[in-house]
Amino acid sequence: MAEVEVRLTQVYKAFGGDAAGRRVAQYIKPDEHGVIVAVDHIDLEVREGEFFSLLGPSGCGKTTTLRMIGGFEQPTSGLIELAGQDVTWLPPYKRNVNTVFQSYALFPHLTIFDNVAFGLRRRKIAQAEIKTRVREMLELVELPGYENRKPGQLSGGKAQRVALARALVNKPAVLLLDEPLGALDLKLRKQMQVELKRIQADVGITFIYVTHDQEEAMTMSDRIAVMNRGKYEQLGDPETLYERPATEFVAGFLGVSNLLMASIGDRDGDYAAAHLADGSTVRIPATLKGPVAAIKIGVRPEKIRLYAEGAPVPEQMNRLEGQVMDASYLGASTSYIIRSNDGERITVFEQNLARTSHGSLHQPGQKVQLAWLPDHTFAVAADGHATAGGPDGA
Amino acid sequence: MAATVAPQRSTGRLMRALEHRALPVFTVLAIGYLLVPIIVMFVFSFNRVDQSLGDGKFNYQWHAFSLEAWLNPLGWPGLGNALYASLWIAVMATIGSTILGTLIGLALTRYAFRGRGMINSLIFLPMATPELVMGSSLGILFVATALPPLRGAVPTLFPFGISTILIAHVMFNISYVVVTVKARLAGFDRRLEEAAMDLGANEWTTFWRVTFPLIFPGIMAAALLAFSLSIDDFIITSFVSGTQNTFPIWVYGIIRNALPPQINVIGSIIFLVAVLLVASSTLRTGRPPR
Repeated sequence: MAEVEVRLTQVYKAFGGDAAGRRVAQYIKPDEHGVIVAVDHIDLEVREGEFFSLLGPSGCGKTTTLRMIGGFEQPTSGLIELAGQDVTWLPPYKRNVNTVFQSYALFPHLTIFDNVAFGLRRRKIAQAEIKTRVREMLELVELPGYENRKPGQLSGGKAQRVALARALVNKPAVLLLDEPLGALDLKLRKQMQVELKRIQADVGITFIYVTHDQEEAMTMSDRIAVMNRGKYEQLGDPETLYERPATEFVAGFLGVSNLLMASIGDRDGDYAAAHLADGSTVRIPATLKGPVAAIKIGVRPEKIRLYAEGAPVPEQMNRLEGQVMDASYLGASTSYIIRSNDGERITVFEQNLARTSHGSLHQPGQKVQLAWLPDHTFAVAADGHATAGGPDGA
Repeated sequence: MAATVAPQRSTGRLMRALEHRALPVFTVLAIGYLLVPIIVMFVFSFNRVDQSLGDGKFNYQWHAFSLEAWLNPLGWPGLGNALYASLWIAVMATIGSTILGTLIGLALTRYAFRGRGMINSLIFLPMATPELVMGSSLGILFVATALPPLRGAVPTLFPFGISTILIAHVMFNISYVVVTVKARLAGFDRRLEEAAMDLGANEWTTFWRVTFPLIFPGIMAAALLAFSLSIDDFIITSFVSGTQNTFPIWVYGIIRNALPPQINVIGSIIFLVAVLLVASSTLRTGRPPR
């Protein structure tokens, strides 16, 4: 296993009523004492050379976490280490990390060359070397020949690349990126996602990436920490997070998921029985059978097959009955909303293969059978504020 | 149909005619209103006021064209010293008030501290107080505390009065500097300073490489304002100057006996320098200074 590059130990950050607190108060509600807890005792290890993402809704503490690693905020308590060195109280200019800001924060009074050379000049590097390194870096971000322009003359996408070059030219141990693509339009964002990943592979620097866009995080990251209310709910690679979400929040935040209340019954070989509210019983992998009796089982919309009423469903599949409420033809696929017998709404994505080309889409009002493999089922603990049908179905 | 359109068209034509004729006329009148006094001052700087030729001592009537005043701009007893004193005071007061005012402006926008709100409103007081009131109370203050001259800090050329004038000028200038600098800082993106520190610049380097260049236009505007307020201040200065002459005080003293054309020359020079400053800054940045 690779070395740990960044380690957070029990990092806690609370804001009071000062200016910094007011900034955070836009997103997070203060408690009854006026204290805003932004980051709540986080333990985190980021490995050398990995693309690590902090993913969560606004106000989850991801930006504050990043700013503490960068040195722009000090934790209220806890320890931050970079490559084994305690940097908790070091100012930003004494840390071997660089940041790409959401607003780019390019110096408007300096040329692109001087912007990129800013960090090198602070380290008293020879003029000739500065020149070559800046040129190389501008080539890496595909902006050669832009040396003498001013930031005001650049488009958002180009300004973003300059911001990236300005940070990377210093060869930091860790690059922090605070929603760097947030201000770009969708097409440019997709393009930059691919490019960021390529650059990261080229330079081999550890990236810590903050975003609220689950697709963006999944596209680029080696590992993702899904944050909510100052903590992370699950940490893992994108596939694990999607296929085996550990909490209802993660299941709802990454992709669409159908969640159904269930109580766990007996174990049968590799599977356990789960009794659903409408009286039917499905099988889930036995490894998911936790200590809690009341759980929600989940299945992703693209894992479900639809069968007409009365049609034979393969023996090994879980089966549920329902009625089509809505069908939307999306070109590559069709999205159905199905109401189960006890009123839960279930979303199903069906690829438009042979059946729909014959013109037999399921129509609203039609009775159907839903079927999926037990292995495609996941289970999360049912937390108090659950809504019927899960976050996306309701 | 045509009957209903016709009157509309005629009012439209009237409006257009007004726009085309009245607006330029109004503009010319407004600019003339602003410029005529300056033009008169400039023209009369070329007037011949020669007692030996029977012109008298007052530059009120046009006698004849003469370059006499332009060739000897300081050719009147006491004028040179008064002008020198005014320039020196204005430069020193500008430097002092710009440094102090900029630091106050930075503190007031950057930091939350006890009494910030109070200082924010107190800083407007010198702008709101009538100069007469401020001048007289400063005069009383200096008499009451018998402030000794700043020994050694002031060139012996101006032995008495300069220090008190300087203190008064710095005082009323600070408000204007603070207000101007604060306006510039209001739109300042603090992320730029964070970015500089992130790239290895400590607080000192960050200030001089990023903060200062970005707020420099505001500081420059504040300094120009302070300079122009200081160089022609009469009311406050007259209360605290003692026997020290400044240019405005000297003019006030001399006009009872004479009105030399040299005053017009000095006024024209100051005006031309100001025009040059604005023009050069417009040429350099492509827009007039704010």
